[in-house]
Amino acid sequence: MGRRTSLVRRPTPRSRFEGVIRALLFGAAIVSIATTLAIVFSLLRETISFFGDVPVGDFLFGTKWTPQFAGDQQSFGVIPLVYGTLYLTAIGLIVAIPVGILSGIYLSEFARPRVRKVIKPILEVLAGVPTIVFGYFALTFFTPEVLRNALGIDVNQFNALSAGIILGILVIPTIATLVEDAMSAVPQSLREGSAGLGANKVQTAIRIVFPAALSGVVAALVLGASRAIGETVIILIAGGQQPRLSLDPTESYQSMAAFIAATSRGDIPTGSIEYETIFVVGMTLFVLTLILNLFSIRLVRKYRQVYE
Amino acid sequence: MTGADIAARAARQAVIPQASGADRAFSGFFRALMYGAIGVSLLALVTLLYDVARDGLPNLSWDFLTSFPSRIIPANSGVESAIYGTLYLMVVCAVIVIPLGIATAIYLEEYADRTKWWNRMVEVNIQNLAAVPSVVYGILGLAFIVRGPLSLGRTVLAGGITLALLVLPVVIIVAREAIRAVPPSIREGSLALGATQWQTIWKQVLPGSIAGIATGVILALSRAIGETAPLLVIGAAVSPRFNPDGLGSAFTALPIQIFAWTQDANREFVDLAAAAILVMMVLLLLMNSVAIFLRNRYEQKW
Repeated sequence: MGRRTSLVRRPTPRSRFEGVIRALLFGAAIVSIATTLAIVFSLLRETISFFGDVPVGDFLFGTKWTPQFAGDQQSFGVIPLVYGTLYLTAIGLIVAIPVGILSGIYLSEFARPRVRKVIKPILEVLAGVPTIVFGYFALTFFTPEVLRNALGIDVNQFNALSAGIILGILVIPTIATLVEDAMSAVPQSLREGSAGLGANKVQTAIRIVFPAALSGVVAALVLGASRAIGETVIILIAGGQQPRLSLDPTESYQSMAAFIAATSRGDIPTGSIEYETIFVVGMTLFVLTLILNLFSIRLVRKYRQVYE
Repeated sequence: MTGADIAARAARQAVIPQASGADRAFSGFFRALMYGAIGVSLLALVTLLYDVARDGLPNLSWDFLTSFPSRIIPANSGVESAIYGTLYLMVVCAVIVIPLGIATAIYLEEYADRTKWWNRMVEVNIQNLAAVPSVVYGILGLAFIVRGPLSLGRTVLAGGITLALLVLPVVIIVAREAIRAVPPSIREGSLALGATQWQTIWKQVLPGSIAGIATGVILALSRAIGETAPLLVIGAAVSPRFNPDGLGSAFTALPIQIFAWTQDANREFVDLAAAAILVMMVLLLLMNSVAIFLRNRYEQKW
């Protein structure tokens, strides 16, 4: 066992150097694992101490979120924040799902190369615009000039409709690009078979290619939803900061991410209940997006396996 | 013309009966819907740029670029400290993210055995990190870097590290694609001539993929300088009247300054936000032009 046979090469300086390089590169790869562990550790530590003060049931099922109040008025029910997040995301997805899917189908099945060369960069630029710019646009243009003046809707200065629609615009490029990728991965033979049976291009796209790419399309939608759920600044600027359980889109709402950014300004004392709320809400947001992300990663792997 | 087009044309001309009027009407309707969808993105981008230019251009001047923000008089206010802060953050972020991102990408593409569970875990972990909300990175920065284990305070260094962790997955994913685009024959040729694995990577694979990697790095950095949420959470300074003077200095950044101005009740300050957005967009445009230049100048065709 311990005896060295003549077949085993003795390590030379060069092979030792190769080993060191390999170890260094592996070390770099470990940083990303360490990042995840550090995120979980940070969130968990304060979340546990939060639940030392507030019962888990009160947090998960409480319908009043008023951490800023004192005494009896103070309440830590997370439902209004989760509801606000999902409500705003739903408004965004009502815009982004049809527009994103139709754009993706167009890019994958219909656009000529020259048209694609123009449209792809437009989507890339839209995807690269910092979200604060979208927030500014929602606050100073979409709410006053489009919703109030052009459409005559009587909205609050901070409202779910404006923030939600602009949130939808933000995720259109994400959905369109991923739908395009999923549909382009469908083999050409399926399209030819469909055309051979007499289907026209639209019929082929809708009845053959789209269903064949469905798992990828669902992954695109899930990832789009996950982006919308985690988006902070648009909602912080244009959606307002009012936790609310309602269906009225003209009113102000608060999301989980917006609450975190509004509350944490760096000078909250460590260990205060206010400090802990940032982490417990962060944990809720992290778990929610983690579930969606893992689901979408799995779906993408599935469609890759089928066609590659 | 693709095979499908030819087949469809042949089918229409010969065997298959003509598509019914209803089918054709639906086709036209569906095409119109798709054009409309593309139009939404186009319209959104144009209106957004118009809005920012309309509000911002009148406020843009040399004084605006070289003054500190004032809380009282909009006309005396400027973005000098925000520009310096953003440049500082970008340098710190680049210094961390370039070696780490490229090293991880090389490991995953050239060394990692994908049948081993830990390598698959690294891979899924990076995909997931890429989709973690940026505000959560802010929490990490606050609890782990500004306070807690690293305790760096609300400094340029802490901000830069936070942003670096945020965009690291982007760099890794793009760098991996660039490395994968180098054909295996190049590696095999190098190894056959007696080069070691690292010599092959250093002399053949990296030079062949550097254009793609550089594009990815610039893409990631332009994402980093546009991020607001993580810097808000870790507590960047609001409207400081000083420039950062080192890694341990307090700082602000363009997005933070823009955010602060949008929160002001005075409409003149809100317009300054648009001017600062223009400054940020010009910076982003410059970076993207460099990326496009690098891609066109150095891209390898195999």
